[in-house]
Amino acid sequence: MRLSELPRPSPERLLKQAQAEESKRWGARLKIFLGYAPGVGKSYRMLDEARRRRERGEDVVVGAVQQEPSEELQALLRKLERIEPLETSSGQTMDLDAILRRAPQVCVVDPLATENPPGSRNRYRWQDVQELMRNGVSVLTSVNLLHVVEYREKVQAITGKHTTEAIPKSFLLAADDIVIVDVPTDLCLWRLGEKLTPTGISNSRERELSELRELALLLTAEVVDAQLESYVHAHGIEPVFGTHERFLVCITPQCNAKTMIESGKRNKERFQGELFVVYVRRPQDTDKEKAALESYLESAYEAGATIEVIESNDPIEGITEFAHQNRITQIFIGHRSQENWRDWLFGDPVLRLIRGAEGIDVRVFPD
Amino acid sequence: MPSTMPVAENSTLGKLKVYLGYAAGVGKTFQMLADGQAAAQRGLDIVLAYFEPHARPDTIAQVQGLEILPHRKIEYRGRTFEEMDTEAILGRKPQIALVDELAHMNVPGSARTKRWEDVQELLHAGIEVWTTMNVQHIESLNDQVWQVTGIQVRETVPDWVIRQAAEIVAVDVTPEALLNRLKRGAIYKPEMVQKALQGFFKGSNLGALRELTLRQAAHEVDLQQSAYDETGSVQGPRTSETSPGGKADDPWKERILIHITADPSTAILIRRGRRVADYLHADCMALFVHRTTEVSPLLASEREAVEKHLRFARGLRIETRVTGGSDVAKTVVEFARNNQVTQIFVAQSQTRLGERLRGRNFAENIVRMAADLQVTVVADRSRRLRS
Repeated sequence: MRLSELPRPSPERLLKQAQAEESKRWGARLKIFLGYAPGVGKSYRMLDEARRRRERGEDVVVGAVQQEPSEELQALLRKLERIEPLETSSGQTMDLDAILRRAPQVCVVDPLATENPPGSRNRYRWQDVQELMRNGVSVLTSVNLLHVVEYREKVQAITGKHTTEAIPKSFLLAADDIVIVDVPTDLCLWRLGEKLTPTGISNSRERELSELRELALLLTAEVVDAQLESYVHAHGIEPVFGTHERFLVCITPQCNAKTMIESGKRNKERFQGELFVVYVRRPQDTDKEKAALESYLESAYEAGATIEVIESNDPIEGITEFAHQNRITQIFIGHRSQENWRDWLFGDPVLRLIRGAEGIDVRVFPD
Repeated sequence: MPSTMPVAENSTLGKLKVYLGYAAGVGKTFQMLADGQAAAQRGLDIVLAYFEPHARPDTIAQVQGLEILPHRKIEYRGRTFEEMDTEAILGRKPQIALVDELAHMNVPGSARTKRWEDVQELLHAGIEVWTTMNVQHIESLNDQVWQVTGIQVRETVPDWVIRQAAEIVAVDVTPEALLNRLKRGAIYKPEMVQKALQGFFKGSNLGALRELTLRQAAHEVDLQQSAYDETGSVQGPRTSETSPGGKADDPWKERILIHITADPSTAILIRRGRRVADYLHADCMALFVHRTTEVSPLLASEREAVEKHLRFARGLRIETRVTGGSDVAKTVVEFARNNQVTQIFVAQSQTRLGERLRGRNFAENIVRMAADLQVTVVADRSRRLRS
């Protein structure tokens, strides 16, 4: 694979920004309650918030509710205004036009992942939500991890369950607010009518749910990180360092790149962090060295790294600058076995990197 | 590696459940009490062992109907303080005890310095404990929290205490909702609100702490899965072969060596080494080398600092060693080679003038000498604070 063919993350980010800016313009906010499985209590938390907001004077309506709500949910629903669903020949659906005519401040849409009956204006309910927001209506909604497109395969591998209704992850990333409704797996199963087991994981079913729980926590962390980043951009303050591990592997044709990338990948997985691989292009690289770098970059790509080529007269300065811009927490660099006249003149590059990497750990690898 | 294993081998040990939040007011105590109420309704023998008296009205409403154990009153400098009465709980011996604020430091004159030590007593008596804490009180996150928020937290709980938890619950709320609660006066008294807005509740701090909390909770949930795979039912779908837990035949099994000195940066080094070892499922040990050629013995203050650091490492369940050598850097590297260490952790020491003239400082010497090992030069995170 050529470097030029590697996907770049920037268009996605631009799209996300555009989405966020569009809804901001209308003053509508999207708040998502995320759960890792049915039974965690997403709907309860959401409706309880709707009730509190109404009591504090916000104009709140309920646009859609899940089928057969529990006794607890019904008690909350009695305290809220509801817009009756639209009956169509092919089933019930949220009455989008009725809500838009009523024009509330806030609308509750539960659940988010639903496909509308054929003939509806929008195919998916998340598109209805976008329409509400374009019309200045803030939305409270709930979603289950299992319905996020990018997680469906993972969830299916864990639980064997297959779902058709799905929403794209970008929809979650663009939300103004996301809240994870986290409960222990035993309580989740108990609420679904199963026998209560002791605190902690005590059977394979809980083991499965626990994996989903971990995914949901990390997804929320990712959304929070994206929000943090846009907050930092919007307020022009210095980036926040150290909320999660970001590894930067610096490779040269001489270093033990395979080991370093492998280690970077492992660290990334263990820390649930991010991996960056950079190399500094030098004019004097031979064809053989260039070929070696290509193969290293291929394995970096397979390791899920963000790859960057730095063109700089001073490699160490380039690396340090990149590390600070990208909130790197650990730099991996190869040892230099032989010194040459440049080192004698400018100082050992590894040692210069250690001195220049303020606030960042430097891990030096054997050649 | 007994030093890094949770103590949960003992079947009589009570279970620990931690409600983890990112700031005061996220609703940890409320959630714990709500779950406690549900458990009491199911007929479990549950008591409220310690509850902060400054609680908010809706939290106090959650206490109704729960058995509340009296606090112990302790006089200190003419004032009366309330602490958890551990002995009374041990006498009552409930199935489950609810203990608010795990990171609390007891007033001088208490039997134990820290509440988590009291909680250990309860667990060892076979009592299940449910407790609350904020992410910034986790020992190994101390420097990261400092780096992210500019605030140094003094009351900390060692990671192994939290690692004992059979269950961790992330109590999540959006920073926006939390700030609303704060401004409505639902968290602190009005005179405290301004101070809070300039501290942890400032700007991007809440988002950053929230992210740390979610990631920490995910990590703990992941460790519970590994623990279940190793000790839990064998008929489960995943056996220990597929678990990420550090097996002896793991080709990636790492062994971390932390170099201890009298320098204050050693505390950062120990916390960082412990954290990395935990995530990589690596063994972790610490070494102090005293210089045998030194004419004068170690200064009393230096000796004290070294001993403090060794105690701190042992408190985090890191095996410590002390040895002598004429060349400290050389001794550290040789020790590492002789003990199958894969990674040496050294602090990024301030270069002294003499070293600058000779060209290299201590950390750089280690990097040079240990060309066959991985060396991690740990940054002093306090030096890169946001304004």
